[in-house]
Amino acid sequence: MGDTRHNLHRFFGGLVLDGHKSESTTLPITRLPMPDRLILPLREHIGEEDKLVVGPGDAVLKGQVLAQATDYVSAPLHAPTSGSVIDIGDYPVPHPSGLNAPCVVIQPDGDDRWIELPSQETSVEALTPEEIRRRVRRAGVVGLGGAAFPTAVKLNPGPNKPIHTLVLNGAECEPYITCDQMLMRERATEVVAGMRILMRALGAQQALIGVEDNNPSSAQALEQALADAGERDARVVSVPTRYPTGGERQLIKVLTGKEVPANGLPANIGIVCQNVATAAAVYHAVVKHFPLVSRVITVAGAGVGQPRNLEVLLGTPVADLIEFCGGYKADASRLLMGGPMMGFSLGTDQVPVIKATNCLLVQNRSEIASENGELPCIRCGECAKVCPAQLLPQQLYWYARARDLEKVQDYNLFDCIECGCCAHVCPAHIPLVQYYRYAKTEIWAMEKERRKSDLARRRHEARQLRIEQEKAEREERMRRKKEALGRVGAAEPEDPKKAAIAAAVERAKAKAAARKAGININSEQDGGA
Amino acid sequence: MLSAVLALSLLAGFFGLVLGYSAQRFRVEADPVVDQVDALLPQTQCGQCGFAGCRPYAEAIASGEADINQCPPGGEATIVALADLLGRDPKPLSEEHGEEKPKMVAVIRENECIGCTKCIQACPVDAILGAAKQMHTVIADECTGCELCLPPCPVDCIDMVVVETGLSEWRWPLPHSKDDFLRGEQATTDEAA
Repeated sequence: MGDTRHNLHRFFGGLVLDGHKSESTTLPITRLPMPDRLILPLREHIGEEDKLVVGPGDAVLKGQVLAQATDYVSAPLHAPTSGSVIDIGDYPVPHPSGLNAPCVVIQPDGDDRWIELPSQETSVEALTPEEIRRRVRRAGVVGLGGAAFPTAVKLNPGPNKPIHTLVLNGAECEPYITCDQMLMRERATEVVAGMRILMRALGAQQALIGVEDNNPSSAQALEQALADAGERDARVVSVPTRYPTGGERQLIKVLTGKEVPANGLPANIGIVCQNVATAAAVYHAVVKHFPLVSRVITVAGAGVGQPRNLEVLLGTPVADLIEFCGGYKADASRLLMGGPMMGFSLGTDQVPVIKATNCLLVQNRSEIASENGELPCIRCGECAKVCPAQLLPQQLYWYARARDLEKVQDYNLFDCIECGCCAHVCPAHIPLVQYYRYAKTEIWAMEKERRKSDLARRRHEARQLRIEQEKAEREERMRRKKEALGRVGAAEPEDPKKAAIAAAVERAKAKAAARKAGININSEQDGGA
Repeated sequence: MLSAVLALSLLAGFFGLVLGYSAQRFRVEADPVVDQVDALLPQTQCGQCGFAGCRPYAEAIASGEADINQCPPGGEATIVALADLLGRDPKPLSEEHGEEKPKMVAVIRENECIGCTKCIQACPVDAILGAAKQMHTVIADECTGCELCLPPCPVDCIDMVVVETGLSEWRWPLPHSKDDFLRGEQATTDEAA
């Protein structure tokens, strides 16, 4: 499939992995029955925590805003169904820390009643880019590929970064995950309509939809949808199946041959990359005014009864999804959110699914057996051969392990995309990515501490200065007073008030004298007449 | 022979002039070492080191009056960083100056506060807000946890509270210190299934 004329390129490194895509694609996307309760973390995306606008006991309608975005890089949170807010408090959230975080808990009433939405469907051509961004922002759309970066921000690269190409990311390169594949297959028209809206918002002249060549059915569906919509500026490009082709930088390199600069964004080279599921969500947000309240999630792995794709309301507990898919098998050993390469293990299945959740993976014992036992690094260099960011994973590992946070940055730690290729090929089974994540979070914490201590220093210095100034002022006042007192005994009183009174008295006297003189003159004149 | 001596003396004189001029022209007023040391200190301004704030301690370290292990809030990390900067050997934190504690902030029990303003005067970073006979409160983001507000409070209404680790402060641990769900907990998962 795809356009064979398109000139493809190759990114450095990467791996050919066993895809395990067929297990979860036998059944169509199914809507999960209404759960008993929904748990919605106030911080679902990169950026600040949202500001709550509902209270316990409030009745809410589907699509009603629960929490407002607090700054530019954030997105509001909406009620996924109608019901009542039964609690606001700390609950376990899907995060590698396993910590609890503030959540809104909703008990659905079963009616699934929408809040009143603007009814008219607008034609996309009539909308300005600003209006599109406004609607996308209002609907709380974030990147559904896994990073959950607010989409409206990505649609606003700034006036001096003209965008010529929109890259739609349908390269779902991580094993087991098939939610984008199923979405492209079943809802290609929505993806294409969303693509048109994204192109309009960005002013992009062309769009490239990258789909892996192990997934011809999705490519076919998209091509059909493009033809039906009469799209001439967009094409579906079949890319070789190679992990991590679905990485933003890797896909751009494969499709265009261009490299995104380190510390830069794709917008720097005139490209914006969006996930296909995000495009579909943008279509719903802009044309139908629907906020983002559900998404497609893959439940897969050898440890679960029936792997499949589900359309799930955000906030649904993970346990509900697993149960719907036939529950855990007897040899289930580990529950991951995300794929086997980049996912993180969950401490409990009571956590809810969030906007960033693309997959729930239940691994069995045999799948995780090889991970036990970290051996010493033998410096074989396999990791450097597969690193798609062309880093030196070994060096990063040594310095991260030695907690040398400066050196590890010299080796460009922050260009690491945490794809896990290095750890996958490591013959010593070293969990390399965790070392890098450790170093990254340590560096962020250090920088935060430094900023805090700089603030404390500035405030302390300002206080010191103020105290000195106050002291000097007080001394100055005392000195003046003393001087004034000293003069009382020595010379005439120099009190301005007294002087003013004296002057007024003088003036009055002079006036009286003048009047007297005037009368005299008058009388003289009278006398003279 | 004479020409060589002359040439060398001329060169010596010339370089002497250049050096003398640049010493005057590019004179650095402050001691750069003090600034570097000060940058590594945590800026709590708590005075546990025995000096009236972080900068005086930095000056004392630079002049050799104080040792590098007298800062309990900075702890081991600060000692290692200072040792690195000054080319000395790191040593354990001096016990007489206190012990390393988790990060804390002061919290005023507001219904007990009598509005005396004594803590406001004690706070080295102006992180306490209030006025005479009005309730006071601590601006948590700006509190350094120095504990200097505790002794002056006549009604003991200030607590030091350990800062909780939220999601944004959480750090990945080094590998092999984490338990997985399901592994070793097969009984509970079977129940769930």
